[in-house]
Amino acid sequence: MPAPIRLRELIRTIRTARTQAEEREMIQKECAAIRSSFREEDNTYRCRNVAKLLYMHMLGYPAHFGQLECLKLIASQKFTDKRIGYLGAMLLLDERQDVHLLMTNCIKNDLNHSTQYVQGLALCTLGCMGSSEMCRDLAGEVEKLLKTSNSYLRKKAALCAVHVIRKVPELMEMFLPATKNLLNEKNHGVLHTSVVLLTEMCERSPDMLAHFRKVRQLSSSQLVPQLVRILKNLIMSGYSPEHDVSGISDPFLQVRILRLLRILGRNDDDSSEAMNDILAQVATNTETSKNVGNAILYETVLTIMDIKSESGLRVLAINILGRFLLNNDKNIRYVALTSLLKTVQTDHNAVQRHRSTIVDCLKDLDVSIKRRAMELSFALVNGNNVRGMMKELLYFLDSCEPEFKADCASGIFLAAEKYAPSKRWHIDTIMRVLTTAGSYVRDDAVPNLIQLITNSVEMHAYTVQRLYKAILGDYSQQPLVQVASWCIGEYGDLLVSGQCEEEEPIQVTEDEVLDILESILISNMSASVTRGYALTAIMKLSTRFTCTVNRIKKVVSIYGSSIDVELQQRAVEYNALFKKYDHMRPALLERMPVMEKVTTNGPAEIVQTNGETETAVLETKPPPSGLQPANQANDLLDLLGGSDITPVIPTAPTSKPASAGGELLDLLGDLNLTGSPVSAPAPQIAQPPFLLDGLTSQPLFNDIAAGIPSITAYNKNGLKIDFTFERSNTNPSVTVITIQASNSTELDMTDFVFQAAVPKTFQLQLLSPSSSVIPAFNSGTITQVIKVLNPQKQQLRMRIKLTYNHKGSAMQDLAEVNNFPPQSWQ
Amino acid sequence: IHFILLFSRQGKLRLQKWYTTLPDKEKKKIIREIVQIILSRNQKTSSFVDWKDLKLVYKRYASLYFCCAIEDQDNELLTLEVVHRYVELLDRYFGNVCELDIIFNFEKAYFILDEFIIGGEIQETSKKTAVKAIEESDMLQETVEEYMNKPAF
Repeated sequence: MPAPIRLRELIRTIRTARTQAEEREMIQKECAAIRSSFREEDNTYRCRNVAKLLYMHMLGYPAHFGQLECLKLIASQKFTDKRIGYLGAMLLLDERQDVHLLMTNCIKNDLNHSTQYVQGLALCTLGCMGSSEMCRDLAGEVEKLLKTSNSYLRKKAALCAVHVIRKVPELMEMFLPATKNLLNEKNHGVLHTSVVLLTEMCERSPDMLAHFRKVRQLSSSQLVPQLVRILKNLIMSGYSPEHDVSGISDPFLQVRILRLLRILGRNDDDSSEAMNDILAQVATNTETSKNVGNAILYETVLTIMDIKSESGLRVLAINILGRFLLNNDKNIRYVALTSLLKTVQTDHNAVQRHRSTIVDCLKDLDVSIKRRAMELSFALVNGNNVRGMMKELLYFLDSCEPEFKADCASGIFLAAEKYAPSKRWHIDTIMRVLTTAGSYVRDDAVPNLIQLITNSVEMHAYTVQRLYKAILGDYSQQPLVQVASWCIGEYGDLLVSGQCEEEEPIQVTEDEVLDILESILISNMSASVTRGYALTAIMKLSTRFTCTVNRIKKVVSIYGSSIDVELQQRAVEYNALFKKYDHMRPALLERMPVMEKVTTNGPAEIVQTNGETETAVLETKPPPSGLQPANQANDLLDLLGGSDITPVIPTAPTSKPASAGGELLDLLGDLNLTGSPVSAPAPQIAQPPFLLDGLTSQPLFNDIAAGIPSITAYNKNGLKIDFTFERSNTNPSVTVITIQASNSTELDMTDFVFQAAVPKTFQLQLLSPSSSVIPAFNSGTITQVIKVLNPQKQQLRMRIKLTYNHKGSAMQDLAEVNNFPPQSWQ
Repeated sequence: IHFILLFSRQGKLRLQKWYTTLPDKEKKKIIREIVQIILSRNQKTSSFVDWKDLKLVYKRYASLYFCCAIEDQDNELLTLEVVHRYVELLDRYFGNVCELDIIFNFEKAYFILDEFIIGGEIQETSKKTAVKAIEESDMLQETVEEYMNKPAF
């Protein structure tokens, strides 16, 4: 059998292939030859064959059949074999292969070989891809080599130890003794790898970190001063050709030392102080004309910002970054922006000084630079610079890549909300964003925007006019269209009456408005959600427009048979409004009140009204739901007719707009409202302040319930109601009563309603019950919370009325509760 | 450093060194992706690319792209120096190195890399020492087989 072709020969041949197919053919032929050669256990040429295999592997062809051969090469005595064998192992035999572990013994032997280059090969392989098992087995050998005086091996052993620690962190301890005099070396290779090892240990284990900060090293000096000394020598020493890079001595080592110093100095005053001088020295003396000098400066700046450095040093660091920003080299600008982003929180004012340069970077061509500049810009916006910054950012939004637009739009909204100098400016800015990047605006921005618009009462006319004009030309950007539809629905009357003060009012007829809304409904570009908005808007206009009600009726009835279920449901309900509940229509579709932004619960922010919400999730509630509180109020008046006890209404839903004032208890005023309540805001709105205490989710209440005994307020016919009490820590006049209703009969009690009334000097608030069914056999309870305000500290009395269905008949009972314990009201 | 890739302007891989464990398929996918990203960057952009949770640092030397993937806390500017140092080592060993040298002597390129970097960290900062180690290792090779010698195509 002829000798297998040489490696170079093969490479040359393969490169002459003109097509992929030709190449594949050659490779397959050669692979076959190699395979048979392997089968023949040919020792002489095994090395050559594996080398060829590795080449083919690099081209992308499978080479797994060579794995075992690599092992055989490693086990061979010949250095040439070992070299290729280990290379093959590193390329083909990662720890996922079964064959991997078989290497362990070979490596162990080679770690103790007489030739340092063999030992080196073994250390290198172990340090690049050793598995956890291998590391565990061989850690002892590595540790031994870490203490050798041979610097060639010592440096490799140090990095091997780093790998072992990364794979098996528990083994870190065993390398600790060997680190004692690692830094006494003169050899830069050993120094560098030792610093890497120390860094790895300190980063992984806070104990190690503490140890290294304090412990006395062999040459009785602590770690930090030792590092400082080494660094100083590097800077001050003269030209050393071996380690010089563009006039700087061993920048790799300098940077690594700076990084270790950073870790040591973090959150540690003593260490930080010890390194102040050297950092200042490096920062001021390093040449900045070449990349290598800037690399060192960059690391220095990172270190200064991260440790407890004195303010002068910090200013120095930020100024360096400022200079970086002006550098022509893109790479330098890039790292400057990255670092500034990290420090903008802590050193805000210093970074502000460089604002104009940062804003210029928005115009850079490099995507990464632009992104960082954008993030930084948002971090720098404040009340003083908001107008200028917004101008730049809006311009950026116009011209930037699509992947930025969503983030940029969100950022602009946030910044505008925080720092808007005037409402008009705010609205204008929003409009600008919606029109330039309308389709990239996030979904959750739409409800926030709508709320914003609602709250700027004096700008309604202006806003709706601008929005109308915006969608006249183009209604493809969904968020814009959604906001616009909603506004037109709400403020369409202002639009047609031409009331705008801020700018020239436009002449719009009702029909034109309906035209545009209908086109949105019809358009293919409109999402289902958008159509929902449009339909609801049209409906609302039925109360605001005067001449086109018939047209609206027609439109609504058409969509009663729409394929879109959501649309259909809405249309059907609106139709019903026209037909059966026409008397309620004006009240239901009344103008939305000013919404309060509630920060506690997410969903509570979204105002739920009868028939519409602002979120993409659309629910419709049947119109008559608002009638309930009014009815209950009526009942209570009947119940207590003429007595001196003031009635009370349950809270959910509260039945009047916030603008009617905060007095929950002005019941008669409530009942005079037109028809049923319209906009039922989330329960947290417009409560008198003293009762707000109870509405937050924080434990404001004295949890020592044991202090106040609970009572059984009612116990008849199997229905038992217990009261438990809590007093508020913040307001001593408030008592919170939790009622628990249980049912000991053998049938459930359904439609359970609990009502209560208190004497005139008290005020009472009833929150929603947990349910309206009390299960039989005491298997469950209904809980409900009552809050009582008793500013005059009078004795608490209560009259309760209970209604429920039981055993097929409606039950009702009245009772007085007089057994309140003194601690509940004193 | 997580991995180092060398590839030509046509996207052909010349060297791949992985310091983390990944399945072969995954590696191939990553290589394809990264080659595409880097080859599509134009002159005016920086040498750094954010990629997944790593940073790619790349530099072109003649017809070869050198690409390193580093972690978030690593110094990008220094990585450029690392790449440059590797090129200098190759140059010193081969004498005016060009892409063909690396193609025909790829195993040597690996050996040199392995004397410079272990486990993703630098082991030797002196050019002289690193190259000397390679040359002495070369001497240890028992037979003067053609493909183990210094380049001859």
